[in-house]
Amino acid sequence: MKMKKLLCIALVLMMIFSLAACGGNEEGSADAIKLGGIGPLTGTAAIYGTAVYNGAKIAVEEINALGGLQFELNFQDDENDAEKGVNAYTNLKDWGLQILLGTVTTTPCVAVSSETYADRIFELTPSASSADVTKGKDNVFQMCFTDPNQGITAADYIADNALGTKIAVIYNNADAYSTGIYTAFASEIKAKGLEIVYTGTFSSDDNADFSVQLTGAKSAEADLVFLPIYYTPASLILAQAHSMDYAPTFFGVDGMDGILTLKGFDTSLADGVMLMTPFNPWSEDQKVASFVASYEAAYGETPNQFAADAYDCVYAIYDACQEAGITAESSAEEICDALVGVFTGDFTFDGLTGTAMTWSTAGEVSKSPVVCVIKDGIYVDM
Amino acid sequence: MTFLTYLTSGLGLGSVYAIIALGYTMVYGIAKMLNFAHGDVIMVGAYIAFYSTSSFGLPAWLSVIVAMAFCTLLGIIIERLAYKPLRGATSLAVLITAIGVSYFLQNAALLAWGSAPKVFTSLFAKIESFKFFDGQLVISPETIFTVLACIIIMLVLTFFTAKTKMGKSMRAVSEDNGAAQLMGINVNSTISMTFAIGSALAAVAGVLLCSSYPTLMPTTGAMPGIKAFTAAVFGGIGSIPGAMIGGLVLGIIEIFARAYVSTELSDAIVFGVLIIVLLVKPTGLLGKKIHEKV
Repeated sequence: MKMKKLLCIALVLMMIFSLAACGGNEEGSADAIKLGGIGPLTGTAAIYGTAVYNGAKIAVEEINALGGLQFELNFQDDENDAEKGVNAYTNLKDWGLQILLGTVTTTPCVAVSSETYADRIFELTPSASSADVTKGKDNVFQMCFTDPNQGITAADYIADNALGTKIAVIYNNADAYSTGIYTAFASEIKAKGLEIVYTGTFSSDDNADFSVQLTGAKSAEADLVFLPIYYTPASLILAQAHSMDYAPTFFGVDGMDGILTLKGFDTSLADGVMLMTPFNPWSEDQKVASFVASYEAAYGETPNQFAADAYDCVYAIYDACQEAGITAESSAEEICDALVGVFTGDFTFDGLTGTAMTWSTAGEVSKSPVVCVIKDGIYVDM
Repeated sequence: MTFLTYLTSGLGLGSVYAIIALGYTMVYGIAKMLNFAHGDVIMVGAYIAFYSTSSFGLPAWLSVIVAMAFCTLLGIIIERLAYKPLRGATSLAVLITAIGVSYFLQNAALLAWGSAPKVFTSLFAKIESFKFFDGQLVISPETIFTVLACIIIMLVLTFFTAKTKMGKSMRAVSEDNGAAQLMGINVNSTISMTFAIGSALAAVAGVLLCSSYPTLMPTTGAMPGIKAFTAAVFGGIGSIPGAMIGGLVLGIIEIFARAYVSTELSDAIVFGVLIIVLLVKPTGLLGKKIHEKV
């Protein structure tokens, strides 16, 4: 009997300790600003959350090594689920959250940002790109372009550089990201006097057949195919276009980023594909090169834009905190009011994902897009 | 010419559905249960083939055999652990167990192989596309080989169930489980054998599916699995030629609906046709009408 009791106690203790070990607590001193992060670390969207967590960790380590303002990062998993996102946020509040980095994906971000708005906690999302994330909430800011903004910028770029005259679009009509970009793109391209000769849609199947959409675009003689979609279906489109001998200019947006690191993908298929991405890991820029080097050393892979966005977020928060004179003793509400003031003021930020970034009162970022073309398996700046 | 292009892609897609549907119909015909985990066994088969070529450097044909062996074993284990204890239970209990197995396989794959999608190298990557009419009609080797594989599998299965001793005992079990047992047929090993064959077929289907549509994720098998199940019902579940016809027709309808009606409505049209067929002919195109004797 006694043995059983002991065993019970031992098991309970083990459970408590293993729970305590959950979440990504960084060792931090008591006088550090408590920076919380939320994103999918498990589940189907895990690559995005993991990249954000890793990118943010590098930035926090670098900043803490400078010796000035200190940060303590606590990153929680939301499995790309709104309810779990709010639970993660509650956990962070119990921990003493002062500033929120996140959340990574749109659906949980909409839910969490209404909580942060009510609690007056400053929130900067690296990658949740829907306009709904910031709408009506003065405390939420974005590091990435909004979806409509991306569509408009892509249309302008295509028109201004005369990349194509007859344009086809293939987009995912079951996805808010894809549809958001498409709608803005379509109206802007018309305003620019170009013609969309074919529009094809698909829904979120993993193994979609794109032969119909590609045949449609081919028989409409489209010379540029705009793909406002994620890289997984894009890889299928490129492969199927290749097998049917159709070679227009393919133009992707930031969802296309990741196609080159897709395991098993024949990168020669992507040769000549253009994409608008905020981050080029092969850029010769000094800051980018040093970030890529430390990321590769720590995690053994090339960082994607999510990692870079997160890195920029931490530095933007750091810069803004210094400008506002925030210390670890400030309350979350004081920090929120001060940072909102800084971000909507004449604050500009130079980072890996753009230079001279500014933010509107609506929380949208303004920065010039980087258009790259894929050559021999890497991005080359245009 | 675009019509022929659509027709060939419809045939390609349809024969992928057909091969998966053959596995569904085989298990349903004999064990009288809907094995909803079939789509996920396909996914496991594709992963095994992917890793045996990419990590162990096996040639493509050998990777198919490794995947088939692994899935056969997996099928037998699943049957032994999850379905056999429920042999006498209601069909609802078995159905729910099958859904549970499906989720278990998906999540196990997520843990083992991660969520990042992999790109499957086609079995026929080295074969050039076939071109007709001055390159106006291009048919990929994947389409041709999938259609061929589908026909061969259908013929072999039909022959197997009609002529061999094992096949005959399968039909006996399917017709009357109890009577078959009285006649000295080992019902349990017959059903295990059915699962073994069905799972080996799933491995072939996985490799062919991912050769044509090369994204590989833990959820890869789910949607094709559901569509193929629809195809099996469409053709008359339990009927081997029915599964093949159902799969091909479903694939062609899907592509034509997408091409000539709307890319957005294609799935609605596919399932709409299914509802109409079932209203007119409730047992499916080639399904047998079974009279219950009282």
